[in-house]
Amino acid sequence: MKAIVKYISSIFSALKTLFKGMAVTGHYISHPKEIITQQYPENRETLKMFDMFRGEVVLTHSESNEHRCTGCSACEVACPNGTIEIINKRIEMPDGKKKKVIDKFVYHLSMCTFCNLCILSCPTDAIKMSQDFEHAVFDRSQLTKVLNKPASKLMEGVR
Amino acid sequence: MAETATNTNTGKPLETQEYFINMGPQHPSTHGVLRLMLTLEGETIHNVEPHLGYIHRSIEKMCEKDTYAQIIHLTDRMDYLSSHMNNEAVSLAVEQGLEVEMPERVKVIRTIISELTRLSSHQLWWGVFGMDLGAITSFLYGFRDREMIIDIFEETCGARLTMNYNVPGGLMFDIHPNFQKRTKAFVEHFRQKLPEYDQLLTGNVIFEMRTKGIGILSKEDAISFGVTGPTGRASGFSNDVRKHNPYSAYPQVEFNEVLREEGDSYARYKVRIQEMWESMSIIEQLIENIPEGDYKVKTKAVIKLPKGEYYQKVETARGEFGVYIISEGGKSPYRLKFRSPGFSNLSALNHMAKGVKIADLVVIMSTLDLVIPDIDR
Amino acid sequence: MNIYDFKSLTDSIHTSLSVNLSPSAVTIIEFIIIAFAFMMLFTLLGLILVYAERKIAAFFQLRLGPMRVGKWGIAQTAADAIKLILKEPLVTKNADKFLFNLAPFIIILSTFMALGAMPFAKGLHALDFDIGILYLTAVSSLGVIGILIAGWSSDNKYSLIGAMRSGAQVVSYELSVGLSLLTVVVLAGSLQFSEIIASQEAGWWIFRGHIPALIAFTIFMIAGTAETNRGPFDLPEAESELTAGFHTEYSGLKFAFFFLAEFVNMFIIAGIGATVFLGGWMPFHIGNWEGFNRIMDFIPSLFWFFGKVAFLIFLMMWFKWTFPRLRIDQLLRLEWKYLLPINLVNILFMAFIVLMGWHF
Repeated sequence: MKAIVKYISSIFSALKTLFKGMAVTGHYISHPKEIITQQYPENRETLKMFDMFRGEVVLTHSESNEHRCTGCSACEVACPNGTIEIINKRIEMPDGKKKKVIDKFVYHLSMCTFCNLCILSCPTDAIKMSQDFEHAVFDRSQLTKVLNKPASKLMEGVR
Repeated sequence: MAETATNTNTGKPLETQEYFINMGPQHPSTHGVLRLMLTLEGETIHNVEPHLGYIHRSIEKMCEKDTYAQIIHLTDRMDYLSSHMNNEAVSLAVEQGLEVEMPERVKVIRTIISELTRLSSHQLWWGVFGMDLGAITSFLYGFRDREMIIDIFEETCGARLTMNYNVPGGLMFDIHPNFQKRTKAFVEHFRQKLPEYDQLLTGNVIFEMRTKGIGILSKEDAISFGVTGPTGRASGFSNDVRKHNPYSAYPQVEFNEVLREEGDSYARYKVRIQEMWESMSIIEQLIENIPEGDYKVKTKAVIKLPKGEYYQKVETARGEFGVYIISEGGKSPYRLKFRSPGFSNLSALNHMAKGVKIADLVVIMSTLDLVIPDIDR
Repeated sequence: MNIYDFKSLTDSIHTSLSVNLSPSAVTIIEFIIIAFAFMMLFTLLGLILVYAERKIAAFFQLRLGPMRVGKWGIAQTAADAIKLILKEPLVTKNADKFLFNLAPFIIILSTFMALGAMPFAKGLHALDFDIGILYLTAVSSLGVIGILIAGWSSDNKYSLIGAMRSGAQVVSYELSVGLSLLTVVVLAGSLQFSEIIASQEAGWWIFRGHIPALIAFTIFMIAGTAETNRGPFDLPEAESELTAGFHTEYSGLKFAFFFLAEFVNMFIIAGIGATVFLGGWMPFHIGNWEGFNRIMDFIPSLFWFFGKVAFLIFLMMWFKWTFPRLRIDQLLRLEWKYLLPINLVNILFMAFIVLMGWHF
C-alpha cells in the first residue's frame, strides 16, 4: 500500500516540477516586452558602440590633413603579430636638411587582434581605436589599409 | 546479448564487434573541435578516447618570442570564457618577478572583473548545458543575462570577450565612470533571474533523472586526475585557489568555497549555480568602495624579468590555471608553460563515462565545462 | 444542429458530376479532387506549422524569430522551401540507394493516409470508416518503417542509432496512444469518428468523462508527442547527441519530406486528440443550455476543429521548448512503468463509470 502511495505521489510531484518549468517559458511568451532581439541593420542609426570599444586602428587627421605620426615605429615594435608596417621616406626640408617622415602607415586589419598595445606605445597619440565594427569586405586585399591619407603632412610641433 | 547467438549455417557462435564512432571533431556537443573516439555496445559506452590537436596554435611557443606585455593577449585566446583570469595569471607572474606590489585599486578592480567573468562563463555554461540536454530555451535565457556583463566589459575594457585588460603592472585603463552603476544594476537584475534558472531546470524531474548519479567521480579520483575547479569541488576536493592561495583582493572578501560530496553531474551543476551566488556576493562586497589611487604602477617600456622561475596560479571558471615562466633575464621568457584546467579535467572523462549511455556522455562532457582552445593550446 | 454543413457542398459536386458521367468516372474524378485537396493541405500545413513553430519558439526564447522575408517574416518558410527544392540531393557513397530514396516516401505516405481519415468539419471527411480510430493509429505509426529504413540505408552510424531509438520508442508509445483512445471509445461506444463526434454534442468527453478522461488525455498528449518524435522525446534526432539522427545524410527535397512529415504528424496527433477528447468540429456545448449552444453553433465547425488543433499543437510546442530530452532507457521506463499500467487501470475505471452511468 505504501508503495502505491509513493508511486502515485511521485507522479504528482514530477508533474508539478514540469509545470514549474512551463510557467517560466509561459511567462516569457506572454510578455513580449521582454524580447531582447536587436534588429541589426535596421537599428544602425541608434546603435552606438561604447567609447572604449576597439574597432580598428585609425590615424587621426586634422581638418588641414595633418597627422601626428612621426614614423618612430614604436607601434610596429609593440605589435605582437606584425599587423602594423611603417614605411618611412626621407624628404628634403626647405632649409636643406633631410628629414624622416612616413611614406605609408600600413595596417593589416585581417591580422589585428585589437590588443590595444600599439595605442599605448604611441608617444605622440597619433593613432587611436575607432568604434567602427563593420569590417566585412568582398576581397581580402581590401583589409590591408594605408592609414595616412594622400598628401597628408606631419602636424606642426609634433616630434 | 549477441554473444549467445549462433550462425544458423555453421552452428558456430556469431562474431561480435564493438561499434566504433567518431564523435567530433565537428559535433554539436563537443563545443569545439574535440574528437572523441567512442567504442560502444549498443548505446552503452565502453571506451572514450579524446583526441586533441585540431585547434593547436602553439601558444606556448609563440610566447617565447613575445614580450611580456604581448603574451597577455595570447592568453585571451586560450580559455576565452575566462580571459580576464588568464590575463591576470600572467600579469601576476610577471609582477612577482618584477617584485612590485599592486595598488589596492588595481587589486579590487581585477577581482571584480574576475568574478564578473566567472559569472558570465557560468551563465553561458548553464545555457549550453540546457541545450545539450535538449532544453534549448535555457540557452537564450543564459545569454540574456550574460549580455549585461559583456556590456560592462565592453564599456570598461573595450572588448567583449578577448578583453586584454590587464598589463604587467596594473590595468590598461582606468574603469569607466559607469562601471559601478552598471555592475550594481547587473547584480540586482541577476539576483532576481537566478532563481528562474532553478525553476526552469534544477527541479525539473527529467533534468534530475538525466543528471543524478551520472558520471560519478570520487574524491580520490578527482585528486589523482588533477581535476580542479567546480568539477573537482563537486567531488569534495577542496581546491579553490582563491581560498588556499589568495591573490589580488580575495583575502579581503568573505565567501564560501562551494563543496559537495556526490561527485555526479547534478553536484557539478549545483556547485556552479551556487558559485554564481558566491560571485555576486563577492562583487557586492567590493563594488561599493573601490579604493582611490593609480590604476597602474610605472614599469619600464620593455619589461625584463630577472633570471629565475616564476609560478602563479589563479582560479578560473574552469579550475586552477597556472603560469610557469622560466626567464633568462631577457625581454621574453625562455620557456613558458600553462597549466590549463580543461586539460586535466578532460583526462577524467574516460574514467567517468565508462558504462554510461551516449546521452550521458554528452551530459558528462557538458558538466566538465570544456573549452577546447584551453585544452589544446 | 450545426448550421454550417459541408455535406450540401460535397453532395452538389457529386450530383453535378453524376449528370453526365458514368459512376466509375465520377469516382475517379472525385479521387483526383480529394488527392489534390490533400496535397494542397499538406503543403499549406507544412508551411504554416513551420512558421508557427519558429515564431512560437522565438517568443518562448525572448527572440523575434524570422523577420526578414515579408512582413514579420511571413514568407520565410516559402523561401526555405524554394531553397530546399533547389538544393542538391546528396547520397552517401555506400548508401543503399533504393532504400535511401524510398524512406522519405514511406513517411510521406503514412502521413497522407492518416490525413485521409481526419474529420475536418461537418461533412468534410474523406473517409469515414466504422473503425476510424483503429485505422488512424495503425497508419500513423507506419512512418517508423520509413525512419528505420532511412537510418539503415544511409550508411551512417549516427543515423542507425537514431533509427533504432525511434523503433523502440514508437513501438512502445503506440500502446499508450491506443489505450488512451480506447478509454474514450468505452465512453462513446463507437470507433467511427463521425459517431464519436456526434456523441459529444452535449459536451466534450474531456469534461463529461470525469477524472479518467483527464488522465487519458494527459497520457495521450505525452504518448502522442513521443510518437511524433518531438522534444522532449526527440531522441531519434537528438541534435546534441546524434547530430541529426536518422536524417543526417538527407539533403534537399528528401530532407524537406522528413521535415514536413514531422510537422504534419504533429497535426495528425493533435487532430486525433481534438476529435476524440475535445469534440472535433463540435462547438462548445453545455448540456441543455439551448441559448448558449445556439450561439456557439454560429461559429463554423472548421474554426472549431482548427482552433482545437492549434491549441494542442501549441501545447506540444510548449513541451518541446521547455523540457530537457529524456534518455532512451528513461523513455522506455516512463512508458512501461508509468503510462501503460496507469492506462490499464484507467480503462477499468472508465468502464466501471460507464457501467454505473456516472458520467454526465
